[in-house]
Amino acid sequence: MSLPLGTSEEPLPIRFADEPAHHLAGVPLEFADEEQSLKITGFWMVLVTDLLIFASLFASYAVYRPMVAAGPSGAQLFGLGSAIAETLFLLTSSFTVGIAVWYMRRGNQRAMIGWIVLTLLLGAGFLGLELHEFAVDIARGASWQTSAFLSSFFLLVSTHGAHVLFGILWAVGIVVQVLRRGLNAVTARKVYTFSLYWHFLDIIWVFIFTVVYLGAKIA
Amino acid sequence: MTQRRWSRGSIGPAGGSSARRILAGAVVAALGMLASGCGRQYVLLHPVGPVGHSELRLMLLAGGAMAVVILFVCVLLAIAAVRFRDRQGRRAPYVPDWHQSRILESIWFIIPVLIVAIIAVPTVRQTYALAQVPQARKPLVVDVTSLSWKWFFEYPSAHVATVNHLVLPVGKPVLFELTADSAMNTFWVPQLGGMEYTMPGEVLPLWLQADHTGVYWGHSSNFSGLQFEKMFFSVKVVSASGFSSWVRQTRRSDPALTAAAYRRLRAFGTTGTATYSGYPSGSFPKVTHRFTLTGGQYVPAVRGYGQMQMGMAGSGGTMPAGRP
Amino acid sequence: MTAPAFVPYLLHTLFPPNTHRPTEIGADVMMGLGMGYLVYWLTRHRKWGWLWRDWLTTVDHKKIGTMYLIAAILMLFRGGVDALMMRVNLAMPHAPFIGPEEYNEVFTTHGVIMIFFMAMPFIFALFNAVIPLMIGARDVAFPRLNAVSFWLFAFAAALFNLAFVVGGAPNVGWTAYPPLTELHFNPGVGTNYLLVSLLISGIGTTITGINFLVTVLRMRAPGMTLMRMPMFAWAALNTSVLILFAFPPLTVALLMTLLDRLAHTAFFTLSHGGMPMMYVNLFWLFGHPEVYIVALPAYGVFSEVVPTFSGKRLFGYTSMVVSMAAIMVLSYGVWAHHFFTMGAGAAVNAFFGISTMLIAIPTGVKIFNWIFTMWGGRIRFTTAMLYVMGFIPTFTIGGATGMFLATVPADYQVHNSYFLVAHFHNVLIGGTVFGLLAGMYYWWPKMFGYRLDERQGKLAFWLFLIGFWITFGPQYLLGFKGMPRRMWTYPAGHGWHLLNVISTAGAFVMGAGFLVLVYNVLWSMRHGERDASGDPWNGRTLEWSLPSPAPEYNFARIPTVSSLDAWWAMKQTGQGRGRGAAALRLRPQDIHAIELPRNTGYPFFLGAAFFVLGFGLVFSWWVIALLGLAGVWAALAYAWFDHDQHKHMRADEIRRIEASMGRLPA
Repeated sequence: MSLPLGTSEEPLPIRFADEPAHHLAGVPLEFADEEQSLKITGFWMVLVTDLLIFASLFASYAVYRPMVAAGPSGAQLFGLGSAIAETLFLLTSSFTVGIAVWYMRRGNQRAMIGWIVLTLLLGAGFLGLELHEFAVDIARGASWQTSAFLSSFFLLVSTHGAHVLFGILWAVGIVVQVLRRGLNAVTARKVYTFSLYWHFLDIIWVFIFTVVYLGAKIA
Repeated sequence: MTQRRWSRGSIGPAGGSSARRILAGAVVAALGMLASGCGRQYVLLHPVGPVGHSELRLMLLAGGAMAVVILFVCVLLAIAAVRFRDRQGRRAPYVPDWHQSRILESIWFIIPVLIVAIIAVPTVRQTYALAQVPQARKPLVVDVTSLSWKWFFEYPSAHVATVNHLVLPVGKPVLFELTADSAMNTFWVPQLGGMEYTMPGEVLPLWLQADHTGVYWGHSSNFSGLQFEKMFFSVKVVSASGFSSWVRQTRRSDPALTAAAYRRLRAFGTTGTATYSGYPSGSFPKVTHRFTLTGGQYVPAVRGYGQMQMGMAGSGGTMPAGRP
Repeated sequence: MTAPAFVPYLLHTLFPPNTHRPTEIGADVMMGLGMGYLVYWLTRHRKWGWLWRDWLTTVDHKKIGTMYLIAAILMLFRGGVDALMMRVNLAMPHAPFIGPEEYNEVFTTHGVIMIFFMAMPFIFALFNAVIPLMIGARDVAFPRLNAVSFWLFAFAAALFNLAFVVGGAPNVGWTAYPPLTELHFNPGVGTNYLLVSLLISGIGTTITGINFLVTVLRMRAPGMTLMRMPMFAWAALNTSVLILFAFPPLTVALLMTLLDRLAHTAFFTLSHGGMPMMYVNLFWLFGHPEVYIVALPAYGVFSEVVPTFSGKRLFGYTSMVVSMAAIMVLSYGVWAHHFFTMGAGAAVNAFFGISTMLIAIPTGVKIFNWIFTMWGGRIRFTTAMLYVMGFIPTFTIGGATGMFLATVPADYQVHNSYFLVAHFHNVLIGGTVFGLLAGMYYWWPKMFGYRLDERQGKLAFWLFLIGFWITFGPQYLLGFKGMPRRMWTYPAGHGWHLLNVISTAGAFVMGAGFLVLVYNVLWSMRHGERDASGDPWNGRTLEWSLPSPAPEYNFARIPTVSSLDAWWAMKQTGQGRGRGAAALRLRPQDIHAIELPRNTGYPFFLGAAFFVLGFGLVFSWWVIALLGLAGVWAALAYAWFDHDQHKHMRADEIRRIEASMGRLPA
């Protein structure tokens, strides 16, 4: 996708109704329609702001890391085992959502839905592991009320978790829409933006794993 | 404990009735404001110490440079407005398509660059200079804690403490170590020099020096709650011998501050001035890491904030509202 | 809890003592009467259906712009009344008009309302009213999200304004520095109101930023390259980028404070390792770009108004674009100048001092370019142009005092004093407010089809300008006299009284200016000169090629652009000399059917659901909060499953409309 920066190409804002929607050869379904293409551009901007949210949370976490007060430090609290398991779940789900889009581009609706469902199951598994980890921490007396360090840890990681939860609910809605209406420019765009969102969450998680869990072990 | 009422109305004339002042104000508004710029009440323009003086010099430099810019812009705008006004019989040319001039644009790119350079160089130099206490003389250290809504000062070398008033020796740099056992405030004695924040969890340094004896005033400049406007304190600058005799006098005749009394002092509210011949050892935090000339953080647990916060429930009302 | 105990508890929680002071009750009565009259009027004239169909469910950017404008002017009134209450108190320190509790609430709501609920919606009003028209688009990129933005803003503003009727207003200052905002120092719900309503309106603002960024990047008319865009479109582009990058840190800072208050986390507490400084950094990482979020649109307005009323092309267009982008980028590198006195050290302070001064360079370039746009032109001093003439000296002085504050050691003396107060009002009123009012007078005929009366407009301008200097000139001097900001009263003996009295008198002059402005609008609604040509000022940009007000679809035929100032070029060259319709030469066969976004009610419900969610959070009434959350999900789900988002306008219908406006031979 290219933005018409400084060119004189013709970005017709709203299609003339009596013209047929122009399906450009070789352009994926979701980009062929002007309106869907605009929405994809807009969604990239959503990801930019979301990235900035996480950047702020990471910066806060870095500052708060020594502020353990009377609570445990990261090195004392975090186990790498569950973090690695969570990472595997989420990385795999990023792969499966990629395959789903691959099938979508080939018009294979059933396979696409199958791979999305698998993606969501992996995502749910990730959430389950994360909630279990939280429950264990809290049972050991390490909640987000314990210290500023733990406040920032729980805020950072649970913001990511909330994003995963939102993604799962959103994708369920998309699957229902695809089942009802089939693959068209609108539903294809929704699947595509969901996949962008999911990859984005995966990248954020890689940073969480590195900065929070590995960082605690190294420091 | 000696409780002295400190009168704030000690500086300057009291003035007449409100009505007369309004009338006077209307008459002398523009001219009077400029003329009264020389009045002693413009405390920023009449510093009594080296810090305030170097800050004032920079203000005058920046103010002067800016005055030139303002004048230039206003004159240019006035000429444009008068010459090119759309009216009958106007002689100035109309050039609707003149929209570029590399020379002109370069000129007004360079003018601001030069002005920024003129101000920036001394700014940086002074910023670094003022961050250092002069090495020549050992400074007097005063530990400052802002409380809800009063000031608590400790003199570690003399082991005396005061509330809402300071006594300082003339001609000697004073290093203030600032922290808060409350919301944020700023410690500001305008006649001596600039301010610095007091923050819980951090100790920040600020050095000032008074070159003339006298009584000055200070205030918090950062809003900190209901009775913030009561956070005045007086600064009495005395001779070196006067200072040592004040310390001796205090140690002889004033009581020491107990831990319980400090807890009472912390409670929300205001108080007059007080002087103590001692203070509990934990009342100013020990900086545990990252302390530099620019300040440092301490682990608040050292200070036992947890218990204090619990103890506040009665006086401050920590009941969160709205739990059905 | 048993029923009899529950009722007094509820009454006490909802109506604590600080909601039944005379001023509060007076405001309640006024609001009640206003609402009552509105309901009566709507019922009497059977306008409920009209209200719902034409306004509450609209996705038309022009109507959304109108609603933003109405909201902004209402909020300007509220914020202005707050300001007058403060000024009265400071003029009579010995017989105060309001006590410290109320004063602290009033200066807090004044700041929050003026920045978030006056300046921001006013800017979005102008963006919505003209950006699509300027770039030759039929709507914004996401018309429905545009409505979502508006309703999130509107309900957040309603929630914030509810505070002083129900539960008590916030009293921690608009910057809301912890630990003062922690429960220990600040029990009660006021601060929750501030946090929650800013979080909600922040979502709406972010969506608006995304919307206008994509609109300007992707929806320009054919031939309108970026370097042929009007400066106001550049302003919208830069502002949108600023919004995208600035609001996330604010969201995080507010969320942390809210969690400290509601979930007892330890971000900014005195105990458990909390660190208030973190908030200050995050807040100003937002706060400084925010200054330019409200300033750049004003620059954009001036860059449209000056060429139009000078009858001359904008001087140095390229350097105007570059300097605006430079300001946008630099504004992220200066946030620490809001807290030089927080012990960051000489190196950090020197860096941020210089980066702040650097902003003077592109700003200076812009000022000179505006003056030289007038140079060699034919200047018509309309009200909009007068605001520019007031802006340039006022803003130059404001910028100069900004240089003063960037001089780090000088800032140590004047930080948080009345000098600072005078400085930021100098740039925010002299820059933003003058810019927005200039834009309002300039585009009013385009928005509503008639002009505002010029004589009344000029009177309002002079009252504002003179009132401004009487108000804030003395405040600079108060700074030199060492008066700290945010004091509800002060003792005698510092020489602060006389200057405060003068300042208060000036504030009332500005208040009179506001009244004249409102009268001007009301008078002109009835008697204002109709704008039949669509081009009342002999404008230069595409919005003036349309009839006033523009039809729902904006452009019957999307124009093709071949240069800067596209409409001016069309009027000058082969496309037909003359004003209005003649220059367009629209032919019936140019007109095709148009697909337009269909109205929808979900943005309104989404806003209402957020309101309920926010109200529940403010009082920690979790059941209500969950209900609100369910409503949010319901509205989102409805939006996701609604695939029927368009309506079609037939070509003959458009031809009929165009003919009725004299744009086509009937």
